[in-house]
Amino acid sequence: MFEPYAVGKSPTDRGRRRGGDTRWWQGGVSLALAVVFLSPGAAFADQLNSGDTAWMLTSTALVLFMTIPGLALFYGGLVRAKNVLSVLMQCFALTGVITIVWILWGYSLAFDSTGMVAGEINLNSFVGGLGKAMLAGVGIDALTGTIPETVFVTFQLTFAIITPALIAGAFAERMKFSAMLLFMVIWSTVVYAPICHMAWGGPGSFFGDLGVLDFAGGTVVHINAGIAALVTAILIGKRKGYPERPIPPHSLVLTVVGAAMLWVGWFGFNAGSALAADGVAGMAMLVTQIATATAAVTWMLVEWMKHGKPSVLGIVTGAVAGLVAITPASGSVGPMGAIALGAASGVFCFWGATMLKQKLGYDDSLDAFGVHGIGGIVGAMLTGVFVAKSMGGQGLADGMTMGSQIWTQFVGVAFTVIYCGVLSFIILKIVDALIGLRVTEEDEDRGLDISLHNEQGYYSEV
Amino acid sequence: MKLLKCIVRPNALERVKEGLSSLGVVGMTVSEVKGFGRQKGHREVYRGAEYNIDFTPKLKIEVVVADDVADKAIDAVKEAANTGNIGDGKIFVLSVDEVVRIRTGETGESAV
Repeated sequence: MFEPYAVGKSPTDRGRRRGGDTRWWQGGVSLALAVVFLSPGAAFADQLNSGDTAWMLTSTALVLFMTIPGLALFYGGLVRAKNVLSVLMQCFALTGVITIVWILWGYSLAFDSTGMVAGEINLNSFVGGLGKAMLAGVGIDALTGTIPETVFVTFQLTFAIITPALIAGAFAERMKFSAMLLFMVIWSTVVYAPICHMAWGGPGSFFGDLGVLDFAGGTVVHINAGIAALVTAILIGKRKGYPERPIPPHSLVLTVVGAAMLWVGWFGFNAGSALAADGVAGMAMLVTQIATATAAVTWMLVEWMKHGKPSVLGIVTGAVAGLVAITPASGSVGPMGAIALGAASGVFCFWGATMLKQKLGYDDSLDAFGVHGIGGIVGAMLTGVFVAKSMGGQGLADGMTMGSQIWTQFVGVAFTVIYCGVLSFIILKIVDALIGLRVTEEDEDRGLDISLHNEQGYYSEV
Repeated sequence: MKLLKCIVRPNALERVKEGLSSLGVVGMTVSEVKGFGRQKGHREVYRGAEYNIDFTPKLKIEVVVADDVADKAIDAVKEAANTGNIGDGKIFVLSVDEVVRIRTGETGESAV
């Protein structure tokens, strides 16, 4: 069997190997693995596994479907009718632009392992080189683990797309489209790609060597997006009229449809992060379902108690919170851990989106921070708890205690928060100086659909 | 001729229509409108943000009737739309100078 190569987010994912099923690296396969890692795609064409490949092709499509149309509809329904197209446009345009960025240099910065040495911290622990820029060497025969590298590139691309798209929730209804594009191209390059490399770059990567568990993107995708969202929401300022005037969602129907697509697509996100069609993928799928369902029900109940009625927006937001929180944990925890994690994310994200935001007074329009930032942090930290065998998880790595694993998770979270926060701030300041972040008040009043795109989402004959 | 502008609860439409039809009224115009009078609005909550929505959905039924039918029509609407609660709506009665049927050019009551 080729299973030994099917490990984690990349075949070199130490976090997954540490937290996951230890059989991969017991019994002397680690040396063989190391060889594979150092020469990806060189001489292992016979290692391709068609089952794994089939699942990864499917997962890739599922994750792309999360952004377009899933997230686009989820966000699109939450804004006012005059801004619905601007949100759909942001998601769609990011899908196009980030694809080009990823192909030209993003993938290389994230996954070129040149210069990395296991156990040693150097520049290449933080960012990949340019050896794979313009996808140099990624041909039909190149393999990543047991799947074609072409599939791996595309799978990872769908993560690189959804992360900036998530941030869009924070500045909805007021950001210049041009400023958004420029910000995202730079952010994707100097924030996303390095954090992705640190977490999933393989032996010698910063988080990987520390033993941070991030199976499917708690730090890389959700904390990253959530913190960038918070910084953007604060720097760009509140929407006109917020919070004095009501800014209710214009179509919760779209939002529910989008949330349901996110839930389904997330099976590709989490179970796909096994990079294999195996037992780890199966467990990832199961715990994803459990945590999501639990978080949805938890949010519903908390809101029912606090506001008197269970709301549709509440239950779908809870589901997304659960999906976010289980993401880093989906390769490490068991079913009971998933229930605990789901419940915790439901409570904490409810607090983040409804109480923290109002208390601090920033206008994170669609709660990108409240759901993805808070949910990502809750998930990443609790991964350190529920990975333990005693908590029903897949077991801590050798030499790790629950305490040291939680500390390691904290280091990963804290580094991501600080790195992403500082860099996002700097990039936004640069973009603001160059072209300005915000549309004029008049354009904001007219709605971005007309003022930025010369179109309307819902055309009326009169 | 009189123009009756009836602001009523959305669920009163069928009863109002039947009441007017029974008097021989053969046409009317209905629009979805929002507004407020003495009836208070309602509360909506989105992710913890509570909004008091002042404007309540109503229907505006516009119907033109001959002078001798007007009182009966007003009674019919009153009866059909009355629940006894605040928010049942209002009827505005206006005089109409002229009516023209576009297809034939007829004018006056025969064009109603």
